[in-house]
Amino acid sequence: MSFLSDVYAGLFYFAAFVLVAGLANKVIQYVRTPAPLKIPTTPAPTTKTGVALRMTREVVFFESLFRGSKWTWIFGWMFHFGLFLVTLRHLRYFLDPVPVPIQMIQPFGIYGGIAMVIGLAGLWVRRFFVDRVRYITALSDHLILVLLIVIGFSGLLMRFVVHTDVMRVKQFFQGLYVGHVQTLPADPILLMHLLLVALLMIIFPYSKLLHAPGLFFSPSRNQVDNPREQRHIAPWARRMEQD
Amino acid sequence: MAKADFQVPVLKQYPEIPEIEPGATAHSSPFKSKPQFQAELGFPGELVDDWQTKALDKMGDLLGRYRSLRVYLDSCVKCGSCTDKCHYYLGTHDPKNMPVGRQDLMRKVYRRHFTLAGRLFPKLVGAEELTEEVLGDWYSYFHQCSQCRRCSVFCPYGIDTAEISMAAREIMDHIGVGQKYCNEIIGKVYKIGNNLGLPGPALADTLEGLEEDVFDDTGVEVKYPLDQEGAEILLVTPSADFFAEPHVDGLIGYGKVFHETGVSWTLSSHASEAANFGMFIGSYENMRRVALRIREAAIKLKVKRIVFGECGHAWRVAYSFLNTLAGPWDFLDQRYPVPQHICEFTYGLIQEGKLNLDKTRNDDMVLTYHDSCNVARASRMGDRPGGQFDIPRAIIRATCNNFYDMDEETIRDRTFCCGGGGGLLTDDLMEIRVKGAQPRVEALNNVMQEKGVTHMAAICAICKSQFTKVLPYYGMDLDQIVSVHQLVSNALVLTGEETDDEDEAADEAA
Repeated sequence: MSFLSDVYAGLFYFAAFVLVAGLANKVIQYVRTPAPLKIPTTPAPTTKTGVALRMTREVVFFESLFRGSKWTWIFGWMFHFGLFLVTLRHLRYFLDPVPVPIQMIQPFGIYGGIAMVIGLAGLWVRRFFVDRVRYITALSDHLILVLLIVIGFSGLLMRFVVHTDVMRVKQFFQGLYVGHVQTLPADPILLMHLLLVALLMIIFPYSKLLHAPGLFFSPSRNQVDNPREQRHIAPWARRMEQD
Repeated sequence: MAKADFQVPVLKQYPEIPEIEPGATAHSSPFKSKPQFQAELGFPGELVDDWQTKALDKMGDLLGRYRSLRVYLDSCVKCGSCTDKCHYYLGTHDPKNMPVGRQDLMRKVYRRHFTLAGRLFPKLVGAEELTEEVLGDWYSYFHQCSQCRRCSVFCPYGIDTAEISMAAREIMDHIGVGQKYCNEIIGKVYKIGNNLGLPGPALADTLEGLEEDVFDDTGVEVKYPLDQEGAEILLVTPSADFFAEPHVDGLIGYGKVFHETGVSWTLSSHASEAANFGMFIGSYENMRRVALRIREAAIKLKVKRIVFGECGHAWRVAYSFLNTLAGPWDFLDQRYPVPQHICEFTYGLIQEGKLNLDKTRNDDMVLTYHDSCNVARASRMGDRPGGQFDIPRAIIRATCNNFYDMDEETIRDRTFCCGGGGGLLTDDLMEIRVKGAQPRVEALNNVMQEKGVTHMAAICAICKSQFTKVLPYYGMDLDQIVSVHQLVSNALVLTGEETDDEDEAADEAA
């Protein structure tokens, strides 16, 4: 068993590294690439506070998607909000002692897990039944949904059907902080769950999951509408003026 | 009804989302630019050797210069929210006209060459080489996008297909595959000063003619000055305003408004064009060069303010980009926005009660208003977000008794493009233009049936030309499209005007 635990420990170190380094790399690339022109989709806020509010509405409520497609919004929002609750619930494995708000959120995390799987299923069904969405779907789009559904479903299985020793799971992850590999319970469902989570972490910076940081850097959403009041110019464009 | 060698869409009472018909408009491509037009813009004349490498190099260059392109190519999750939003998809049913379908033409090449997943597992993530066939698709479908930004409204990440179309056209120009319509026109602006190639003397003639017409109509000597040094205001307006109908009625209106306020103003033969087709081809360099003419004219004529006439994408470049491209404007009067839209100017006067408007002079019309895409989603008027919707409507309400909006889903920031924007206003793209107009014409048709609307007002030269041409395909009249300042012109009672001459004013309006 300890060999398998070593493999999983290595896997999670690797996955965490890829996730953090890959995302940092992307974010740095986005920061360094100038936005040479003012292109907010108008009507747009005329102040930074207004932009922060617009962005908050996009991040929390998926405002634009709501205007665009109600079904996708319902399923998409269920999935994301569910995943958010599930993530909060899972913090108990990574924090010791467990903060009170995280203790309070535990039952909601379970509802979140159910909502997440239903939302994902809805999104997947759309990929088969809406001809326009079927047309734009690549194999990777299906696989990412399968990955998330299996992660969610295996998590629910462990909660409701085949329990695992969560205390040992917690010890395993606490051990990783200090480079000490504890033994993971040898439950197949747990091992699959963790394997797929690691895979998700690894593909995150190299897939469409980049929409998460991407939204914050989207010029059509994050720019202040003030081009007449304030001159906006990219460094490469300013160089043209010196010629 | 105009004759068509393609199926003109049937107008329905309720909008329908069509089923996809792959390849439905794969045959539609604009004429290619000739070597001479390419050279004037600094592009190779014909397809260069080693074009794939050069195209990918250019793509890499743009990815490093435009955050929008990089973020938009990375972020799409294929959620489908945009798929039924593009007027070209709704009118042609071709899935490559769904915004995401169009973006994917570039995204698949991006993934193959600029992402790890696409390099390692191309099949899995839908990554593809830039083959001759893909380039053909690019030329065809990136010229079936009017860069109207409707898709960006509904995208959860604000992905704007216009940015991708512009980048694609810029890449194609750099390997010698340019579009004739846009590139020839930009060359004319450089050589002659405007899109239509009207030389200074012809402009002077036209303006003199307008002065005579207005005098005949009103008995008032309204001036339409050209190249008048020391004038307070430089008016920059699309060159179609100088002679096309209904554009010229708008120009007559601007002149009357200026006349009433007593402010001195002038047009410029050097900058006799508000439009900036540099934006359509995604070329910052060309867009800047076109914009700098306005700066040069403002300096030469020693004006204090710049006002733009009715033109959609011109207002986008003016409002959003002019300060960037040709600023800073510190030598102009800072009490006024630089630049100002003619609607902002007129609206201000209406607010102050400085215009004597007789609404009954427009009683022969029942109006609706078409929000032009670039004004609606890429600019603003006034101090508040949404002023670009409210100010033109306020002007119409102040000048007309009968006004009804079209369906809410098709106006304001959800407005449909006229179908001719983004460099597509050319006869070699007639099928796309007619089909792309369908969602807008459908909404117009419904408000005609339900409210008895007779005319649609617009503030864009492309919209006006496009509707004049395509409305007849749908069995409507070409003169159902009017300028907003045409309505102002009709209603405005000039100081000293012979007001007993009402009949003539009515004839003019009809």
